[in-house]
Amino acid sequence: MTMTNRDDASPVRSMAPAEGGRSLRELLDTYLTWITTPLLLLAFIALWKLYVVVLDISPFMLPPPEAVALALVELLQEPFFWNFFRITVTEILVGFGLAVVVGAGLGILLGRSKLFERIASPFIVASQVTPKVALMPLFLLWMGFGMQSKIAMVVLLSFFPVMKATILGVRSIGSEQRDLFTVIRAPVWKRLLSLDVPAVLPYLLTGIETASVLAVTGAIVGEYLGGNEGLGAMVVMTLNAMRVDQMFATIVALAIFGFLFYAVIASIRKIAVPWHDSAQND
Amino acid sequence: MSIAADPTAADRSAPSGQPAPAREGAIEIDGITKVYDTKGQRTLAVEDVSLEIEPGEFVVLIGRSGCGKSTLLRTLAGLQAPTDGAIRISGQSLYSPEGKAVPEVIGDLGFVFQDANLLPWRSVWKNIALPLEVQRMSRPDRRRRAEELGELSGLSEFLDHLPRQLSGGMRQRVAIMRALAPEPSILLMDEPFSALDAITRDELNMALQLIWLEFRKTVVLVTHSITEAAFLADKIVLLSPHPGRLQKVIKVDFPRPRPLELTKDDAFQSLVAELRTELGE
Repeated sequence: MTMTNRDDASPVRSMAPAEGGRSLRELLDTYLTWITTPLLLLAFIALWKLYVVVLDISPFMLPPPEAVALALVELLQEPFFWNFFRITVTEILVGFGLAVVVGAGLGILLGRSKLFERIASPFIVASQVTPKVALMPLFLLWMGFGMQSKIAMVVLLSFFPVMKATILGVRSIGSEQRDLFTVIRAPVWKRLLSLDVPAVLPYLLTGIETASVLAVTGAIVGEYLGGNEGLGAMVVMTLNAMRVDQMFATIVALAIFGFLFYAVIASIRKIAVPWHDSAQND
Repeated sequence: MSIAADPTAADRSAPSGQPAPAREGAIEIDGITKVYDTKGQRTLAVEDVSLEIEPGEFVVLIGRSGCGKSTLLRTLAGLQAPTDGAIRISGQSLYSPEGKAVPEVIGDLGFVFQDANLLPWRSVWKNIALPLEVQRMSRPDRRRRAEELGELSGLSEFLDHLPRQLSGGMRQRVAIMRALAPEPSILLMDEPFSALDAITRDELNMALQLIWLEFRKTVVLVTHSITEAAFLADKIVLLSPHPGRLQKVIKVDFPRPRPLELTKDDAFQSLVAELRTELGE
């Protein structure tokens, strides 16, 4: 005895695109951003150059693009640049990692217990509405001008979106899904591993993506305000030395790092939650 | 048939008038009352319902909304203790005196939820095998069991698909197979086909009947469809609303397997008419 599959003409929605016969339109659709992104970037640089030349802008205000490119190439050959780069990246990665752990941990705790959330949320909200940058001198006072104070700033800035997303994820687990685990007599560890973790993951990833952007900001802001190490401090130093081309080059280097960091974090989604709507292309 | 036969199935396969010697799969509901108490507002959901269900019997609970049929089923599943009264599954009390469901007794129950309720991150076979993981069955054994159940339900080709790739009817088949996977002697179903279109629903009703004939599990199914109730049931239990009370029990003895054409039969039509009158439609 076998049940038939007649309940749907095509019961399986195909996930892979049909092989063969891919029209130009489809190809264009797939590789669109490979064309548009370089073109738009080129247009931007051209406009920049045009602006500087036509209006005869002083290189101290805005250096032309080729000067920035040259400065960047020079910087990349300097050992001190790489030393600063290493310091900033360490601050970002350590702070970001701590923020994810703290945010996810608090999120699970607060998501599970309404009581706990009511008790803790005034303080958590207070930590966010307080202008965080204003706390930087305090961190410098407590932790010195080294990496610790900057890491603290990164954590403070980036744990919040992780926590919020985790709370939402925990709350999104339906009562029917919880009932299912009761009916099959799943012990606590099984619930956590097979229900809570996978269900929270897509939400957590959203929080982590936001946090990855804020982590870079946190480290740079920290370095602006205290100490003489890292790329944030280098922006200030190059400006003081009137090397605006180097300052721009540093900013470009930071932007490239931030972009790559975000891209890596965002690509986790396809691997970690291929089942979720957010990981679908169509 | 590819499914390993339940050794006790033969003992239970005769739902005759006499009480079977083995009470495996019997349900005794004894004076169940359920009061919900939310913020001082007391709602009487079910009042003094008593019912005997024989091993291997197919029982359908039907009634208008607010008759407490889902509450009653959830109470049977060990999901919420009754305010008063007792339930015995296969002769054993389902709830301890403190109102906690007894784990060994719940282990004899399979539950099918209203909207499949599959875990979207798990492939079909891993959804089916979820209850077996809790029982610490080895991975190859779980896979084998899922393949057997997949064959039984026409899901063989889709075992490695994700639920989002399946139609609603197929998802519900997966849910039924998941409930059957640990070989419970009782299957509880909460409006399992209510979200499906009429044709899919007919097919699944037919399939469910055939599976039931194969295994002779005790089935308690909640529905609001009169036709579904009349087609599937050995015994239809009518509940009246506000508060939920037992209104009437109607025995249905059309021979099995029942073909879908039965629904056009005069006897069937008059049963449907009787049910409709009882439900006040």
